[in-house]
Amino acid sequence: MTAVVPETKVTDVTAADPPPEIIPARHRRSPVKDYGALVGIAVLAAILLLWAPSSLSSFRLSNLGRYCALALASMGIGLAWGRGGMLVLGQGVFFGLGAYAMAMHMKLEVAGPEGVPDFMTLYGDGTMPVWWEPFRSGTFTVFAIIFIPAVVSLLMGWAILKRRVKGAYFAILTQAMAVAFAVLLEATGKETGGFNGLNTFSTVFGYNLFDPEVKQNLYRVAAGLVIVFLLILWQLYRSRYGELLVATRDAEERIRFLGYDPANIKLVAFVTAAVMAAVGGAMFVPIVGIISPLDVGASASILLVAGVALGGRTSLFGPVLGAIAVGYGRSTLSESFPTQWTYFLGGLFVVVILLLPGGVASIGSKLAGLRKREVLT
Amino acid sequence: MTASFLGEDYLEIRDLTVDFDGFKAVNGVDLTLLQGRLHFLIGPNGAGKTTLVDALTGLVPATGTAAFRNKDLLAMKSHQIVRAGVGRTFQTATVFEELSVLQNLDIAAGMHRRAHTALRARREAPVRVSEALETIGLANLANRSAGVLAHGQKQWLEVGMLLVQDAKVMFLDETVAGMSDAERSETGQLLQRIAPERTIVIIEHDMHFMRSFADFVTVMHSGEILAEGTVAEVQADERVQEVYMGTPTGAKRD
Repeated sequence: MTAVVPETKVTDVTAADPPPEIIPARHRRSPVKDYGALVGIAVLAAILLLWAPSSLSSFRLSNLGRYCALALASMGIGLAWGRGGMLVLGQGVFFGLGAYAMAMHMKLEVAGPEGVPDFMTLYGDGTMPVWWEPFRSGTFTVFAIIFIPAVVSLLMGWAILKRRVKGAYFAILTQAMAVAFAVLLEATGKETGGFNGLNTFSTVFGYNLFDPEVKQNLYRVAAGLVIVFLLILWQLYRSRYGELLVATRDAEERIRFLGYDPANIKLVAFVTAAVMAAVGGAMFVPIVGIISPLDVGASASILLVAGVALGGRTSLFGPVLGAIAVGYGRSTLSESFPTQWTYFLGGLFVVVILLLPGGVASIGSKLAGLRKREVLT
Repeated sequence: MTASFLGEDYLEIRDLTVDFDGFKAVNGVDLTLLQGRLHFLIGPNGAGKTTLVDALTGLVPATGTAAFRNKDLLAMKSHQIVRAGVGRTFQTATVFEELSVLQNLDIAAGMHRRAHTALRARREAPVRVSEALETIGLANLANRSAGVLAHGQKQWLEVGMLLVQDAKVMFLDETVAGMSDAERSETGQLLQRIAPERTIVIIEHDMHFMRSFADFVTVMHSGEILAEGTVAEVQADERVQEVYMGTPTGAKRD
């Protein structure tokens, strides 16, 4: 650097500038890619809403309804984990908040006006906690199913995400939430039914649960919500927010230097996922007829995530198909192998993670050789 | 070089100090950055160049002041600093690899949009994005995923992202490192094209590149400013020669 002479500016143009060939259409998105998913949703809607009710026995249909309820929660996980990079291991909490809100209302329906749920007289002194009272109203219950998980997830998400907790720490924290929630339920037997949970319902919003037509309609609502959620996610994924969420997942620090607060972006996905889980929980109760700490605790939460991983967390359909597959596998395998079925599930999980990190939904694109790189987070 | 203060942006840094548990990575730096010129920030490894930029973009806490349009950058969070019009790139290009070039730019333009519009899909590229695609010469790669871009193209995409976010102050951290000679001169010309409306600061180790394009040079050493001036003035400075004689960094490209 001692004997340097200032040089003149470099003027030679080494590569001729390519002629500007911008035509606006180039920058438009491909309609096939965009609307192809709608065809898939239509096909799924035809199967779930037209074929299944006319072809399946009422027992099988009710099972499928249960998988649909779980699929609602799984779709939220697909959003938060697949697109947002937040491994939510505690969705059982929000599933449970929705489920218990619904179950409390149904319990009060059984008890009748002014009545008290049976377990409170059985295990307690027959007085009902004040916070049960509003759940006598169906309108309040529907409101609570959405509002309570939204507020809880907003506060939790705010506290966790603003502190930039991510990766394994985020996963462990949410898992701990699920454990704590289940423990809390078990410890409050007189108020929440404890380990037994809430069960023995007879009506939902006045409809008799034993009426075959009501059962079928409950299934239709659950399956219909699956389709509605798919449409919501479809729009969310193709929107600018969807792109922003993926960008945040892949390079959170970089997003900060584009003028965004990544915590806010992730918070939207986290709260949406929580509400989706809560709606799933609320549908689960009338279809299955019971909600207990076992359905909302750590292992239930992990099973939800397993279904999403199996189906493909980043794809639109992966979480739905995964949830239905895990649910179906669980029922059929547990009929033939009551104790060993979890090993099958575990084995399948290992195979998918090793061979198909993008989940079953990625088989198609993998075969077509179009598979994008999937980064396991 | 136009160095009039009237009606033009400038970033005024006074007594900026970054203290890492007693080690002063940046020590009492006074620096004025003016619009319209390519301002190079050079110095041996560990001189505090990147730390200075980190402090100005909210990555590390610092004391002192950094006034830009009546705001003190040192008191702001990263994303607020960006919204105030100060952008940066990083030594390793960090583009969103799974998204297309167009999507990358569109996201960078997003902070000027209202939040609720994010729920809609993009129909076509905003004007600002199309212009940036032209400026950085990636118009024909708009729909390619950013992950497959060559190293130099990724850096240009980063510059393009700063353009669409309409950064008035740009800190470019070793943008030409690892580029071919042809890419370097293209990058230099690109920066000259966009310089008149902006305040551009380039951290650089490449002396050849610096000599070719610098309007103004600040040399840092051990966290302090050693010399300032035109390329010729700086090169004539004995202390600068001393610093560079002692380290192989400055000599490697000569």
